[in-house]
Amino acid sequence: MSIPEDRPAAEIDALIEEESLVEEVSIDGMCGVY
Amino acid sequence: MTLLTQNHDASITAPPATRPRTSSTLIGHFERGLDAPICLTWELTYACNLSCSHCLSSSGRRDPRELSTEECKGIIDELQRMQVFYVNIGGGEPTVRSDFWELVDYATDHQVGVKFSTNGVKITPEVAARLAASDYVDVQISLDGATAEVNDFVRGPGSYELAMRAMQNMADAGFSGFKISVVCTRQNISQLDEFKAIADRFGAQLRLTRLRPSGRGADVWDELHPLPEQQRELYDWLVAHGEGVLTGDSFFHLSAFGEALPGLNLCGAGRVVCLIDPIGDVYACPFAIHDEFLAGSIRSEGGFSHVWRESELFQRLREPTGGGACGSCSFYDSCRGGCMAAKFFTGLPLDGPDPECVRGFGEQLLAERATDAVPKSTGDHSHRTSPPRPRGSTGPVPLTLSVRRPDAAPVNACAENPLAGFSPPQCHRPPGAPAEPTTRRNQAPITSRAERAYTPHYTHISEPHG
Amino acid sequence: MVSVPLDRTITVHPRVSIRPEPFGALLYHFGTRQLSFLKDRRLLETVRACDGTRTLRAALAEAGVPDTQTERYGRAVMTLIASSMLVQQADDTKEKAA
Repeated sequence: MSIPEDRPAAEIDALIEEESLVEEVSIDGMCGVY
Repeated sequence: MTLLTQNHDASITAPPATRPRTSSTLIGHFERGLDAPICLTWELTYACNLSCSHCLSSSGRRDPRELSTEECKGIIDELQRMQVFYVNIGGGEPTVRSDFWELVDYATDHQVGVKFSTNGVKITPEVAARLAASDYVDVQISLDGATAEVNDFVRGPGSYELAMRAMQNMADAGFSGFKISVVCTRQNISQLDEFKAIADRFGAQLRLTRLRPSGRGADVWDELHPLPEQQRELYDWLVAHGEGVLTGDSFFHLSAFGEALPGLNLCGAGRVVCLIDPIGDVYACPFAIHDEFLAGSIRSEGGFSHVWRESELFQRLREPTGGGACGSCSFYDSCRGGCMAAKFFTGLPLDGPDPECVRGFGEQLLAERATDAVPKSTGDHSHRTSPPRPRGSTGPVPLTLSVRRPDAAPVNACAENPLAGFSPPQCHRPPGAPAEPTTRRNQAPITSRAERAYTPHYTHISEPHG
Repeated sequence: MVSVPLDRTITVHPRVSIRPEPFGALLYHFGTRQLSFLKDRRLLETVRACDGTRTLRAALAEAGVPDTQTERYGRAVMTLIASSMLVQQADDTKEKAA
């Protein structure tokens, strides 16, 4: 994916990161609940 | 501490290449703790009709100080205000409390989701139908063997049939998706496929969890905890067949084997989860019932929310720790040093390896220890049926001298009935269930140590008063 | 690839509980038992703005999401729709146009 040169640095970082803003976990996914 | 030069498992040569399932930023947020738990375990009573040999809460007999119905509702009100989403109601056997259904309904009426953990004793066809009719309550039935032989060795004679009957009632009532929760042991890890088959048969969801040396679990740990090769077998099975199998994030200590298993993969104690016990004490985790992990009491000023937010213990647990002795291990990012309770109750330092560290560092440390003395869980509500199983391989069997008949339930001093306290040893048959032929009580092979030790005993108890 | 439904009205599912956190928010669906973490406050504001009176486009604007981030936030919203945390209202624009 090409990144336009004229974009602000923060946005370039965000594009590079590609990390989703949402994470899903089962309610059973926490240790300490039997 | 010197590290082993040779790994337990030759396949562990480098950290996993795949990203952990949960982002590091999110992990960081949770490790610092939240303003309220996401979910928690609430043990409603120490009373139980069974005497499982590995019981994490050493349950059996009710505690006279247990929370009243009103106190319980007060806790639910707080959980609602704090937006705690989900509560695992356990015990002991929570359904033996006479106000159990009242409290479950109160919770679900106040935006607190409920799962309850049961051995099945009260899951009659009528109860199953009632549960199937609503969408609000999750049910978890305990089973520790795919056969009666393996199950009853840990949970007592008749407990397999009890659980199976409950599951059949649930399935017949159309309640699919209830959970079957297994504590993985040396004796049942060879039965994983059979457990899955049982779950499939009833339309249930299989849940595999870790055995910890907590409560009575400390007494059977040496004998029952999985061998290193069995841990590998369990991990491989979960990766290959574990789609749809829950684990309660029990096995994050196995992450060094490869790709992380589903879940947050971190110790949630005092950060995202905790335990409220039957007398209102708040512990970091149900596997850590010990003064060391006692944060406070819901009966003190400020109730549960004050304990969660302000207790010295929880604030300490939420501080960044670094890996301690594990910090230099390349797998620390995956396993996070393992389970705090497992380390504590095997006498290992909390800033070092888990006793079941897959690289063998825990085992090494255990072997190097100068003493076999380990901390003991606080409180023992076990049924007084026989001497407890001795820990370690040598030493005298401690005897409990008592003037009471050994297998009698506690008797009210004002009881007039001459048969009060008399409990003939028999299976509790839920009303309406057909009589069945007595099952052959085939026990698993016992070692010489076990022969001298505590035998799990099924005791029928009457409803607690009040 | 399904496009982000910017001109549809989006609402929060009635069985979803929103719990704000310093890092964003937790969303829990009492029906599905699904837990979702919103890792960004603006995403939380977007979700809160999905009260049934606005299109997604308007909700994003309400939350202060810049146009350059529309795609990223839109993908997050799609994830939440897929897990039933958010619900797309029926498309009635065809009827309106007719």
